Amino acid sequence: MTLADITGQLELDRATYDAIVAHARSDFPYEVCGLLAGENGELRAHYPIPNAARSMTYYNMDPKALLQAMNDMDDRGWDLLAIYHSHTHTEAYPSPTDIELAFYPEAVYLIVSLQDPDQPALRGFDIAYGEVTERVVTVDGVQAPTGPR
Amino acid sequence: MAIEVRVPTALRQHTDGEQKVVGQGSTLAELLDDLESRHAGLRGALVRDDGQLHRFINVYANDEDVRFLGGLQTPLDDGDTVSILPAVAGG
Repeated sequence: MTLADITGQLELDRATYDAIVAHARSDFPYEVCGLLAGENGELRAHYPIPNAARSMTYYNMDPKALLQAMNDMDDRGWDLLAIYHSHTHTEAYPSPTDIELAFYPEAVYLIVSLQDPDQPALRGFDIAYGEVTERVVTVDGVQAPTGPR
Repeated sequence: MAIEVRVPTALRQHTDGEQKVVGQGSTLAELLDDLESRHAGLRGALVRDDGQLHRFINVYANDEDVRFLGGLQTPLDDGDTVSILPAVAGG
C-alpha cells in the first residue's frame, strides 16, 4: 500500500459510507464518481454523478450533473466537502492522472477501491498543486478499511 | 448588456476573490475579452493559445454546456448567466 503523510481526518457516517461502496459496486468494473457536500466541515449530502467516460481506468463527471450538484450546494449554503471515485483494479491511492487533474484543492479526494471486491477500501487525500497528503477517514468514529498493507 | 459570471474557487485569484462578476458581450468570446480587461488571467485559464476552450474546463451558458451551443461563439443576451467549473476527472 502506498503511504502519504497524514494531515487530518474526515468523518463519514455509516449510511454515506455504505452508499459510496454500493455506488462503486453498481457499475463495476467501470469507475463511478460523486460529490459530498458539507457545512462547517460536517457532511450534509451525497451526490452520485454519472461518469461520462464510463471507463475502467478513467472518470470524468458528467458536466451538466456536476453543475446541478454544485448549484444545489450553493443554493443551500453548503460547501464541496469531498470528491470521490472508484478504482476497480488498483489500490485506493491517487493515480498520476488523479493528481494531474485535481482542480479542487479545497476538497478531500476520496478513493474507494474494489481491487478486492469482497473487501472494499476507502482512503481520503488532499491533493493540492501536485502534493498528496492523507486524511484518516472514519465511519461512525472507526477508521475505514484502507486495503492490504 | 450585463451577464453574470459564476467563478469557481480555483479561479478566484483572477477576480480578487469574488464568486460572481459581471461582464458584457454578444458572444462568449466577447464576454471573456470584456472580463479580461478587469480580471486579468481569467481568459487564459479558460482558453488555450490556439483559441479553443480548455478540455478540462466546463463553461455553461444558462446551465447548458457551451460545447453543445457553439463554444466560444455561443450567443449571449442581457440577463444570461455563465458558469465556469473545472472538470472533475481522473483515473
